[in-house]
Amino acid sequence: MSSSAVNSQTDNKNRSSTEKSLDSSFIWLTRILSFLVAAVLLWIAIRVGLQAIPAIQEFGWSFMTGSSWNPPEQQYAILPMIYGTIVSSLIALLIAFPIGVACAIVLSENFLPQSVRRILVFLVELLAAIPSVVYGLWGIYVLIPFLKPIGSWLHQNLGWFPLFSTQYVGPGMLPAGIILSIMILPIITAISRDSLASLPPELRSGSYAVGSTRWQTIFSILIPAAFSGIVGGTMLALGRALGETMAATLVIGNSNALNFSVLAPANTIASLMANQFSEASGLQRDSLMYAGLILFAITLVVNIIAELIIQKVKKY
Amino acid sequence: MSSTTYNQQDNLSNLEASNSRPRTIIGTLLTVLAFTLLGVALLPLGLVIAYVIIKGANRLNLSLFTELPPAAFQEGGGVANAIVGTLILVGIAAIISIPIGVLAAVYLSEFAPKRVARWIRFATNVLSGVPSIIVGIFAYGVIVLRTDSFSAFAGGFALAILMLPIIVRTTDEALQIVPQEVRWASVGVGASNFHTVLKIVLPAALPAIVTGTSLAIARAAGETAPLIFTALFTQFWPNGLFEPIPSLSVLIYNYATVPYDNQRELAWAASLLLVLLILLASVISRWATRKSVY
Repeated sequence: MSSSAVNSQTDNKNRSSTEKSLDSSFIWLTRILSFLVAAVLLWIAIRVGLQAIPAIQEFGWSFMTGSSWNPPEQQYAILPMIYGTIVSSLIALLIAFPIGVACAIVLSENFLPQSVRRILVFLVELLAAIPSVVYGLWGIYVLIPFLKPIGSWLHQNLGWFPLFSTQYVGPGMLPAGIILSIMILPIITAISRDSLASLPPELRSGSYAVGSTRWQTIFSILIPAAFSGIVGGTMLALGRALGETMAATLVIGNSNALNFSVLAPANTIASLMANQFSEASGLQRDSLMYAGLILFAITLVVNIIAELIIQKVKKY
Repeated sequence: MSSTTYNQQDNLSNLEASNSRPRTIIGTLLTVLAFTLLGVALLPLGLVIAYVIIKGANRLNLSLFTELPPAAFQEGGGVANAIVGTLILVGIAAIISIPIGVLAAVYLSEFAPKRVARWIRFATNVLSGVPSIIVGIFAYGVIVLRTDSFSAFAGGFALAILMLPIIVRTTDEALQIVPQEVRWASVGVGASNFHTVLKIVLPAALPAIVTGTSLAIARAAGETAPLIFTALFTQFWPNGLFEPIPSLSVLIYNYATVPYDNQRELAWAASLLLVLLILLASVISRWATRKSVY
């Protein structure tokens, strides 16, 4: 950005040597710290990988395909948790995507005066700022009792469907998915809103000029144009949902058995780690590290794809 | 002949706006639907804040701020040690992450070649998406295993890693908004890079940096997952930086599922404190950005 400034500095012969060295050491300091921040990602990968090595040697790939987590017999595998992590995140996306995009549309189009929109944007941002443990506490004592009639109704009327095949017992996949959807919605809204708002105004004017209504414009011009931004935001939200720990731990029921019903208790990789870590030692702790490595790998892939998509969008 | 005039009339009436035409009705319905969904999105925010106030407010008294948490069947008590603990943890995290984050952002926006800056920004963004629990086991491996003890320092380190990408990104964005002419003017009157950044560019971007930092601090104060791997919890007052330390968020987690009403009430009261802290940080950040220089 200011390479011109750097050149003019080095050309200047009148500056004292202390000032020159101060200047160059300052630039070096910022450079080192900047690379350090980037290197933290690598450091995390190496560190978590090293901690998982004993469990990798013990179980190998079967760790991801087996379904028994049995500390007394030193038998560890996490297929139910992988399933729980993915399904709870998908439920969250299914709920949060339409709502989040609708919010983004309302907040980026001129439905409301600018001042009202600014307040609403602030409120949606606040939704992301509430700590996840507070959502968890709220989930246990407010959301789970509230969902009881809905869960019972689903089981009684749609019980033949595998997803609703068990009684609603309270903690389970469904409340976890709903809590996660609340937490990831602001991400979808923020990034979709940014990409909708950054579209050139000519697109809108052109569409109105040929006689489209506002919603025809939104559906056939604006959303397709901003589509990759919306997808990027959704991927980012997915990454957050996969790794979210506290809210999920408190409401998912922490059952290590594989169950297809969303009304039954389940578990995610993150909540398995949060639950068992304090009492674990030896191979169990190593296995939790291995589970952490798998979670890290999954979220890393999702996040990298999301960032690549979003970076491309910014060139518009 | 007569049919063509009829058609012409029909075409003309098509051009008139009418509320009963399908496209108008569909448009209105979609608008209503979109606003309903916005309401659905904001409903949990209202409900969470309302419940936290209803359930937490009756414990919002002096003893909440001065007394230690009660044991299982005890009455009364407070969360004073957890408040102090959270402040210490966030303080350690801020001391580590703010200087590193701000200076790293200075490099990205002021000195770095474009390609390098792009890669580092990319890595920083990916870092901000790393789940906090992974940062927790990382800090556990780096500090707890080395020092052989759960400690406030390890907790602060984990929170610093979580704050770092937020601070880098907001500072970087704030510095980029500062107009190029300001830098040229500073260099033109003979200032070095060091002075230009420290005396001219950073002060101009200060409000936005304060915003980013306060949001990062608010996020760190509410984090729980990394702390259960690093800082742990105690029922007592914090006892030095290299001992386990209590915090509000871990207190909420521990007391959320206990069968004792008294401790559960304290969990709600602690939630209220955290939510108030976050509201405060959000308001401060709004107020700081309003006074932007350029």
